[in-house]
Amino acid sequence: MTDLTDLTVAEIRDGVAAGSFSAREVAQAFNAAVEAGRSLNAYIVETPERALAAADAADTARARGDLKPLSGVPLGMKDLFCTEGVQTTAASHILEGFVPAYESTVSDRLWQAGAGMLGKLNLDQFAMGSSNETSHFGNVISPWRGPDGKDLTPGGSSGGSSAAISARLCPAATGTDTGGSIRQPAAFTGIAGIKPTYGRCSRWGIVAFASSLDQAGAMARTVKDNAILLEAMAGFDPKDATSLDLPVPQWEANLSSGLKGKKIGIPTEYRPDGLDPEISALWDRGVEWLKDAGAEVVEVSLPHTRYALPTYYIIAPAEASSNLARYDGVRYGLRDLPENAGLQDMYAATRAAGFGDEVKRRIMIGTYVLSAGFYDAYYTQACKVRALIARDFEAAWETCDLLLTPTAPSAAFALGEKQADPLAMYLNDVFTVPASLAGLPAMSVPGGLGSTGLPLGLQIIGKPLDEQGVLNAALALEERAGFTARPGKWW
Amino acid sequence: MSVDINTVKKVASLARIAVSEQAAERLVPELNNILGWVEQLGEVDVSGVEPMTAVIPNHLRLRQDVVNDGDARDRVLANAPQAEHGFFTVPKVIE
Repeated sequence: MTDLTDLTVAEIRDGVAAGSFSAREVAQAFNAAVEAGRSLNAYIVETPERALAAADAADTARARGDLKPLSGVPLGMKDLFCTEGVQTTAASHILEGFVPAYESTVSDRLWQAGAGMLGKLNLDQFAMGSSNETSHFGNVISPWRGPDGKDLTPGGSSGGSSAAISARLCPAATGTDTGGSIRQPAAFTGIAGIKPTYGRCSRWGIVAFASSLDQAGAMARTVKDNAILLEAMAGFDPKDATSLDLPVPQWEANLSSGLKGKKIGIPTEYRPDGLDPEISALWDRGVEWLKDAGAEVVEVSLPHTRYALPTYYIIAPAEASSNLARYDGVRYGLRDLPENAGLQDMYAATRAAGFGDEVKRRIMIGTYVLSAGFYDAYYTQACKVRALIARDFEAAWETCDLLLTPTAPSAAFALGEKQADPLAMYLNDVFTVPASLAGLPAMSVPGGLGSTGLPLGLQIIGKPLDEQGVLNAALALEERAGFTARPGKWW
Repeated sequence: MSVDINTVKKVASLARIAVSEQAAERLVPELNNILGWVEQLGEVDVSGVEPMTAVIPNHLRLRQDVVNDGDARDRVLANAPQAEHGFFTVPKVIE
């Protein structure tokens, strides 16, 4: 019998429905894998009993003949989603011990669809980071290793999700993407991940980082599994003012890798001088694959691309400084009350003790760019440049339907390698941030292995609400890349 | 524009984050590096461009003007570091 932890979401769902194995057997197999994979530090909290309870419900449902779309499928939940009765920390000290009295809309939808929870996945603290080195609960270690055997980053911020999926500690997981936090970790670990159009998934109950950018999405090993998961996660929610009141398309049923009639744009500005030749070569292969699938490939220009990262690093910290003002040591989370301290001192001491260095750095930047005298020069200017970045995409859609780019400028780097230089770390998101600023759906799929044996990803960016187009092009790439590599088990 | 140690301390105070003298000194070059880098946005011609407020066109919805929650005091207080008599409690603010 095949190892149940090697199965995809679709295979688990269909296997449970067909009676090839029980949901309980699947949950037990993954619970054991989670326990055996602790050295990766992918999970902050393990919830094997929840996985088993959902599995038993699925087995009962099968006997009764009323299986749900995700019955029998155990998932990892990024620890940014509030889960009722289960600690939710955003990988921070300030929320250590916080047990929500409510469930996030996205996680609730997944449980309503029959899925079970294996545990809460590690991430960069408050999703601020690109390498999973800012978590209060320690670095996540990628299951992949290069020839030098060093510990590598699984990417960030959804690094617990990417590491766990790649190491078969869950078949799929939730992620959130503010500037690339689903796509870059997916690329670094040889899996697929999709960030839908802003507003497709409710933000209610997700610990907020930058509200105009934050968007939940799916991560799994295959494009089809991403479609299945996203279909369960998306949908209108009156509790989120930016939620889109639109029906959720049948993304899985409409998957089709034939791209005849589709025009794929190749943005000139994404090929800067000094682009890693390996990344460039992968991109060229991607172009050939899409042509082979029937698409026509055209060059397009997104002239404001080079301003996307600095725009992001004004807007995201500005929104973060405002969102994170809620951590005050009064209503929930940590309180640090020095002797004889007044209220203001308590706030300052609590926040100094509760936030990590990168979070403090971003709150400080955000506070500065929003402060009197600097607001227009920084924040308003960034919001205007953001409008120009969005216009670039709108202009591109006049000549193409989708864009193909690399996901990240390099393969996974070693833990510690970029930690000393925040700017070098920020540059990791150079190819993912523009689509985030414009609210567009975008997906990373594995394209192959680089010369050091590490996975590299290709990104598809689509028009607003065209997740289907993104998934279909990603499927065309997946079929032709034939990516079957997996990390050797050393943990 | 660049920040000095006094500006860093002022920003930290606005952000309600206690910083030691050493931490403030360390933050000066860190923040200046980042601010120096984002300042390149100043060279973009944005004349006639409205600042973007919503990435995907959407309209603000109205809902029925009815109470739809409440009666959840104990759940609201459940995670408070200190709660007494059904209230959040904080250090004394009025002498």
